[in-house]
Amino acid sequence: MTIQEQQEEIIADFELFGEWMDKYEYIIQLGKELPLIEDRYKTDENLIRGCQSRVWLHVEYREGKLEFTADSDAVITKGLISLVIKVLSGHTPREIAEAEITFIDAIGLSSHLSPTRSNGLLSMVKQIKLYAVGYMAKSVKQ
Amino acid sequence: MMSEAMTIRGTRQLDISKIRKDFPILEQTVFGHPLVYLDNAATTQKPVSVLKAMDDYYTTINSNVHRGVHHLSQLATDAYEDGRRKVAEYINARHTHEVIFTRGTTESINLVAASFGKKFLKEGDGILVSGMEHHSNIVPWQLAAEERGAQLKVIPIDDNGELILDGLDKLLEGVRLVAFNYVSNALGTINPVETIIAAAHRQGIPVLLDAAQAVQHMEVDVQQLDVDFLAFSSHKLYGPTGFGILYGKEEWLNQLPPYQGGGEMIKTVSFEKTTYNDLPYKFEAGTPDMAGSVGLGAAIDYVRGLGIQNIQRAEHELMEYALGVLGDIDGLRLVGRTDAAHRAGVVSFLVGNIHPFDLGELLDKQGIAVRTGHHCAQPVMDRYCIPGTVRASMAVYTSREDIDRLAAGIKKAAVLLG
Repeated sequence: MTIQEQQEEIIADFELFGEWMDKYEYIIQLGKELPLIEDRYKTDENLIRGCQSRVWLHVEYREGKLEFTADSDAVITKGLISLVIKVLSGHTPREIAEAEITFIDAIGLSSHLSPTRSNGLLSMVKQIKLYAVGYMAKSVKQ
Repeated sequence: MMSEAMTIRGTRQLDISKIRKDFPILEQTVFGHPLVYLDNAATTQKPVSVLKAMDDYYTTINSNVHRGVHHLSQLATDAYEDGRRKVAEYINARHTHEVIFTRGTTESINLVAASFGKKFLKEGDGILVSGMEHHSNIVPWQLAAEERGAQLKVIPIDDNGELILDGLDKLLEGVRLVAFNYVSNALGTINPVETIIAAAHRQGIPVLLDAAQAVQHMEVDVQQLDVDFLAFSSHKLYGPTGFGILYGKEEWLNQLPPYQGGGEMIKTVSFEKTTYNDLPYKFEAGTPDMAGSVGLGAAIDYVRGLGIQNIQRAEHELMEYALGVLGDIDGLRLVGRTDAAHRAGVVSFLVGNIHPFDLGELLDKQGIAVRTGHHCAQPVMDRYCIPGTVRASMAVYTSREDIDRLAAGIKKAAVLLG
């Protein structure tokens, strides 16, 4: 599935929810279900700073693709992170660098992307993009 | 109803539902729910009288102050200075010129830290703060201390969120100035200010009091406290934002060098020598915030109209009610004191293992505005080994229904997050 297809699928899923509570229940469930990152990668180095909730992000480069795992101590953030990972992980650096993240806005959670909200989601998307650009530059050199 | 009736304690019961009508912003819905505004320690809402006073200022007399010979400039100057007189009366300053206008508590503290530091701080000197300070009352002193080779010392806090004063006399040795808050913004603790000021004065040390969380909740009398400097913000006292107060005893303010240079703060300027203006203008460089002074003056009129003691009583009763209601919620634990004694305005809490940010977000979805996080008091959170708290903070217009809605909102969020 492409990044765009994955986003469309999530948007379609969220259209089924009538009430805000159902939407959050689903996000919270995602947050609880997914053991997103191995504990040994929850290091200070992988911590994204400047967030009210702490977010860890770990990247691995495998066969031309970037695999991301992440975690947060706040469960709503964690649920949203798992969606971002679902969309962006397992793609090439170029695909990730060029991707436009539209689904968060489309499912009515754009406040989470506001820089003033400082809940870590925006910083995480930025960090993922930075990794992608970094690996793109690396592969060009090789 | 015994509203407006006199009671034996000399205070009268305020009619909260009537007071709420003075604050139009409260009459709105957020995500389909009537707004419950419980972020008053961050900023209070403004009554219509304040909005009108500022509007009138701009509509009828706006002009630059202390400069023009013309009619409007004189009216603007009178209005601006009238604000100063109202502040001086409100805190019972001995002289009106002991009231300096700033942009807020933070700038007031920075002014003293910079000017006092320049004049009086020497290498090896100490500045004593408390363990429950807002960053605004830590960082300016760190900057001054770093510049002068001085050290920051800290009065520790206990599990109840109260200052430990046992070793105070020893802590005061070598200290040049003591700076601490009257009421903690993170915990709501009312500190024993008289005790600390008396102990500092016994050793000849001046005291700066951060009253940002006090002046809206209780009577603050600078002469009775005998405090040397006092700082607060207009916007937490129902006044406009971007405006604040530094009170200083005349004898101290006269000894401090100016903070910023510019217009208004000078008497004569030549390239060889500038002589500075008298108090309070020595510390008010540049065109001041005229509308700010007018707005704060109107806010003080509003508060005095209700009576600060009546406000204190109403808020204390509401605090007792809130602590009772919140205390009944499964898994909710209060950070700091668990009773209403020595507490004003603020309830800080956590629920089970729920991250404060998650709880805050789900309260927001129910139209309930609270603050989450460390409240710019990271050392307090470190003291309790927590990432932050959920903070509900009250004002005179906060009702029991607001507290009930908060409790119901927490329960609903806890089910979702649990």
